[in-house]
Amino acid sequence: MTKRIGLAVVLLASIIFPRVFPNPAVMTIAIFTLLYATATVAWNIFSGYTGYIALGHAAFFGIGSYALAIMCVNWRIPGGNIPFVLVPVAGLIAAIFSIPIGWISLRVRKHTFVVITIAIFFIMQPMAFNLRSITQGSIGISLPIPHWSNVSFHLPFYYYALAMLILAQIVSWWIRNSKYGLGLLAIRDDEDRALGLGVNTGPTKLIAFVISAFFVGMVGALHAYFQGSIYPAFAFDPLFDIAIALMGFLGGLGTLSGPILGALILEPTQRYFTIQFSANGYYLIIYGAQKVLFRLWISIG
Amino acid sequence: MTLIVDTVITGILTGGIYALMASGLTLIFGVMDIINVGQGALVILGAYLSYFLQQKFHIDLFAGLLITMPVMFLLGLLLEWAFIRPIKRDRPTLSILVTFAIALIIEGILGIAFTNNVVQLQAWYVTASFQVGEFYIAYIYVFGFGLSVILLAGLYWLLYRTKFGYSLQATMQDRTAAQLIGIDVERVSMITFGIGVALAAAGGMVYGATYAFNPGSLYDLISRLLVIIILGGMGSLRGALIASLGMLVIEDVTSVIWSPIWATTVFFILLIIVMIVRPQGLFGRLEGRKQ
Repeated sequence: MTKRIGLAVVLLASIIFPRVFPNPAVMTIAIFTLLYATATVAWNIFSGYTGYIALGHAAFFGIGSYALAIMCVNWRIPGGNIPFVLVPVAGLIAAIFSIPIGWISLRVRKHTFVVITIAIFFIMQPMAFNLRSITQGSIGISLPIPHWSNVSFHLPFYYYALAMLILAQIVSWWIRNSKYGLGLLAIRDDEDRALGLGVNTGPTKLIAFVISAFFVGMVGALHAYFQGSIYPAFAFDPLFDIAIALMGFLGGLGTLSGPILGALILEPTQRYFTIQFSANGYYLIIYGAQKVLFRLWISIG
Repeated sequence: MTLIVDTVITGILTGGIYALMASGLTLIFGVMDIINVGQGALVILGAYLSYFLQQKFHIDLFAGLLITMPVMFLLGLLLEWAFIRPIKRDRPTLSILVTFAIALIIEGILGIAFTNNVVQLQAWYVTASFQVGEFYIAYIYVFGFGLSVILLAGLYWLLYRTKFGYSLQATMQDRTAAQLIGIDVERVSMITFGIGVALAAAGGMVYGATYAFNPGSLYDLISRLLVIIILGGMGSLRGALIASLGMLVIEDVTSVIWSPIWATTVFFILLIIVMIVRPQGLFGRLEGRKQ
């Protein structure tokens, strides 16, 4: 019962949050935090539950971004509400891409899997640069700009991101409490025994991979729309991989609320540092040092 | 036709340089079960160290290795002791996060110290070339290839002819068992990491002399190195050597007969084919079914 009240309070607080802090800088940080929280929850659905640590989800983030940008440009969609409708479509496209990627990379066991996901990500980024006819290469693509007034500009993004987070969390919760989720956890604990006990491990893993790619693709699409323009280096950002994995680890791998907690702790601090130090190269150093510190914290507690 | 022959020869020569960097990476994985994503950054750091020595003290690139390799070896020991050893659980994954953080820090420091402008190491053998048949090859390719042959031969000698090498192999095969028969596994891991980083320094020097680079080049490097060690089979030294030569030849040939833009994509396609046909890589052992 207390848990339900707590949940209701958190939900209410996040709904009225924009009314209390209408400051655009705060709202921007809040939106990024929600986006990263969604991505971490989605990442956790696959990596947390199965124990297969994927470090290439930025590829789906990038595919989602580009899918939305290309749809908007090709169909000449004006800024406004229509791109929001297209965000799930972009997620779906990312999910479709994830099927062959998952099928190939899930043929190997854990350690090699990690490296393959990284490798696949690092190959997607140059492709975004090189497939100029589709992605316009390093020039990037500009998305339509919504015509809302300055005061309420952030609100639709905020609530959309919040809705995505809630949806992802419900899916995560549902998986955790279903027979399917038990199969995933069995894979994490002992894949061969799970196979022996009748868990169809291959499709089980792949489905979780695709679900998490879908959400990460949506996050990428909304992120692109919010930023207004995308470039290969930012759409396919290795920092994104590391960030969501670190958030997942920080909050507790395979837990329900852990990923959100991790994102809530890490993302605002990262944004703050980036804003403070982005003018010079120091933010990379701080970024790295911060990760090392958090890692030490993880290994202690 | 001569163009193809020329490309194949250049591919083999550059492949030798990649073999140097990849062997460090695969060795570290084999012994310590960690994936050093920072290897690309360490290679670039090695290149910048050579650059620094050359610009400030006018030390020849190859002579400079006598300084940079021991320095990088010590740096490797330090990194292992400070960041890798404290990781007690989830080693493979957390080690990736940590080494990635190290890579970011190195990238940031290099960006401040040397700016993000593209530089290339200079020496007479970088620009001068000699004629083989109908085409020209810059001396640096041959010298670099010679260097990697010497260093890799030294590595093989160390692995298969010395007591340290035996303990290293034992650790590779079974960490716990090696510990039980009295091998100081921590010390072996530390030295292995140091060797891997020192090899990155040597690879970095030749890389810096053959390609223009800046601190951001590490992403390009690490993606290739990772694909190479997957293809060769994780932890297999022989696999890494053959995969480097093969991949670079294929990449160079693709860029000549098709377009340089698509050369990296060939890496991807090869990776997919190998993953479908032979998931454990060319020379990899099947991973234990127990984890």
